[in-house]
Amino acid sequence: MNLNDLAPLYAELSLAVLSMILLVYGVLQKKGEIARKVAYGGCFALIIAGMFLYASPHDQDVRLLNGMFVHDGFGVFVKTLILIGTGAALMMSIQYMYDEGFARFEYVVLFLLSALGMMLMVSAGNLLGLYMGLELQSLSLYVLAAIRRDSIKSAEAGMKYFVLGALSSGMLLFGISLIYGFTGSIDFVAIGEYAASENALSNAGLLFGMVFVIAALAFKISAVPFHMWTPDVYEGAPTSVSAYFAMVPKLAAVALIIRLLMGPFDGLAEQWQQIMWLMAAASILWGGFAGIAQTSIKRMLAYSSIANIGFALIGLACADEQGIGATLVYMALYMVMTAGAFCVVLYIRRDGLAAERIEDLAGLSQTNRYLAYVMAFFMFSMSGIPPLAGFFGKLVILQAAVAADLYVLAVIGVVGSVVACFYYLRVIKVMFFDEAEQALDKSESKARHFVVTLCALIVLLFIVKPEPLINFAMHAAQMIS
Amino acid sequence: MDIGTMHYLTLAALLFTIGVFGIFLNRRNVIVILMSIELMLLAVNINFVSFSAALNDITGQVFTMFILTVAAAEAAIGLAILVVFFRKRGSIAVEDLSNLKG
Repeated sequence: MNLNDLAPLYAELSLAVLSMILLVYGVLQKKGEIARKVAYGGCFALIIAGMFLYASPHDQDVRLLNGMFVHDGFGVFVKTLILIGTGAALMMSIQYMYDEGFARFEYVVLFLLSALGMMLMVSAGNLLGLYMGLELQSLSLYVLAAIRRDSIKSAEAGMKYFVLGALSSGMLLFGISLIYGFTGSIDFVAIGEYAASENALSNAGLLFGMVFVIAALAFKISAVPFHMWTPDVYEGAPTSVSAYFAMVPKLAAVALIIRLLMGPFDGLAEQWQQIMWLMAAASILWGGFAGIAQTSIKRMLAYSSIANIGFALIGLACADEQGIGATLVYMALYMVMTAGAFCVVLYIRRDGLAAERIEDLAGLSQTNRYLAYVMAFFMFSMSGIPPLAGFFGKLVILQAAVAADLYVLAVIGVVGSVVACFYYLRVIKVMFFDEAEQALDKSESKARHFVVTLCALIVLLFIVKPEPLINFAMHAAQMIS
Repeated sequence: MDIGTMHYLTLAALLFTIGVFGIFLNRRNVIVILMSIELMLLAVNINFVSFSAALNDITGQVFTMFILTVAAAEAAIGLAILVVFFRKRGSIAVEDLSNLKG
C-alpha cells in the first residue's frame, strides 16, 4: 500500500495531525490569549479537512484498511455537516470561554478530536472501526462536559454523562461481541450477507446483538427511553458545549445508525423497524409534553432536541431511500436551528453572568430587537411554521412516512409537534409581550454574531433554494441504501 | 464435565448483568459505579475471547486488546471527572449527584 491509496483518509489524517500541532502549540505558548489563537487555528484545521474531504472522488464506495474505513457519498454528506457544525460551535464559544473563565486551549483540541472521532465512526466499515471512532468522540465529550472545573454543575454533568455513556459503551460492546460470535465476522459486508440469508431470523444471538447495539446508539442520540441524561447534561455543561452536544454528536450518531441499519442489518429490516417506530413515537410525545414544564432555556432545548430526534427517527422507521433522505435533510435543518437558538442563549448575560431561565428573555424585543426577532425565527421554525426551514424538514419527514404507509406515526408526529409548539411559542410570548428587564451586556463577539446571522438567513431563505441540500441528501441516501 | 463456549457465555452474561445492576442499584459510592463499568467491559472481553477460540479466528482477541486499552483510558477520564467533582462537593456519594434536576 502506498500513500496515494490513503487519499480518502486525508481529511481525517489532516485533522488528527493539525489537532496534535495545536495541542503542542498551546502547551509551548506562554502568554497572550492562547485559547483564542488555538480556536482560530481549529477553524482553519476544519477548513483544511473539508478541502481534503472534497479532493478525493466520492461517487462510488472506496474501502480502505481491509474494509475498516469506507469512503462514499453518504459519508461525505455527513462529514461536511460535522465539520460545519463543529466550526460553528467553536466560533460561538470563543467569547463565551473568556466570559465564563474557562478559556483553555484544550477545549479547542477536544472539539477537534471529537469531530475526528465522529468522522471516523460515520465512515466505519467494520465493528472495530465503529467502536474506536465512537469512543474517541465520547471520551472527548465527557471531558468537555466537565471542562468548567470551578462549577459543581459542570462536574456533575460530566459525571452523569460519563456514567451513562460508559454504560451505553458496555451495551454496544456486548452487542458487538454477540454479533461477532454468531456471524463469525465483524465486517459490515460479511454481517450483511449473513443477515440477508434465511437462517438469520432463527439466530437469536444476532438479533440480541442488534438490539443491544441499537439501544446503545439510542443513548447517544438521546431517544426515549434512553434520554434521561440529556436535560441534566445540557443544563450543567457550559452552554457552548451543550450547543455542540445538541448539534453535532447527534447528527453523527444518527448517521451511524443509518449506516448500520441500511448496511449490515438491512436483511433484518422488519425487526428494527418496530424498534424505530416505538422510539420515534415515544421521543416525539415525551419531548413535547415534558418540555412544557421547564423553566430553564437549556432544559427546554434539551427536550426540544429529544422531540426532534423522534422526528428524525420517523424517517428511519420508513426503512427506505426516501425516509433516509428525509432524515438527513431533517438533521441538517435541525442543526442550523439548534445552533441559532443556542447562540442566542449565549448572548443572554447580565452584569457579567449568564442567565439561563426563560424569564430572563423578558422584554428582549425592547432591549435588543435584533436578537428577539432572530430568536423568534428559530422558535417559529422549530415549531414548524411555514415558510421557515423547520417546516420543510417536518414536511419531508411526514411525506416519507405517508409514502411508507406509516399513517399512525405521521399523526403522532403532527400531534407531538403541536404540543411542542406550546413551549416554543412561550419563548416568543416572553420576549415580545412581557415587561422589559434590565438590558443585556454588550457583546463584542463578531464570530458569534456571524454564526447567529448565518443561521437566521438559512432558516429564512431555505424556501428560496431548497434544492441543493435536498438533492445532496437524496444522493447520499441513494448511495447508502 | 467439559467446559464449552456456552459456559463462558453464561459466565460473561452473568458478569455483565452484575455490572449493570451495580450501576443502577448502588446508592453509596461513585467508585463502585466505575468498578461496575469495568466489570461490564471485562465480561465483554470474556465473550470475545471465547468466541475467538470457538470460531478459531483471531479477530476477537484483537478486539479484546482494543477494549482493554480503551477501558483504561475511560477509567482515567472517569476518575479525573470524579476528582473534579469531589473537590467541589466534598463527597462522592451517589445521592450527592443531585444539583441538576428539573
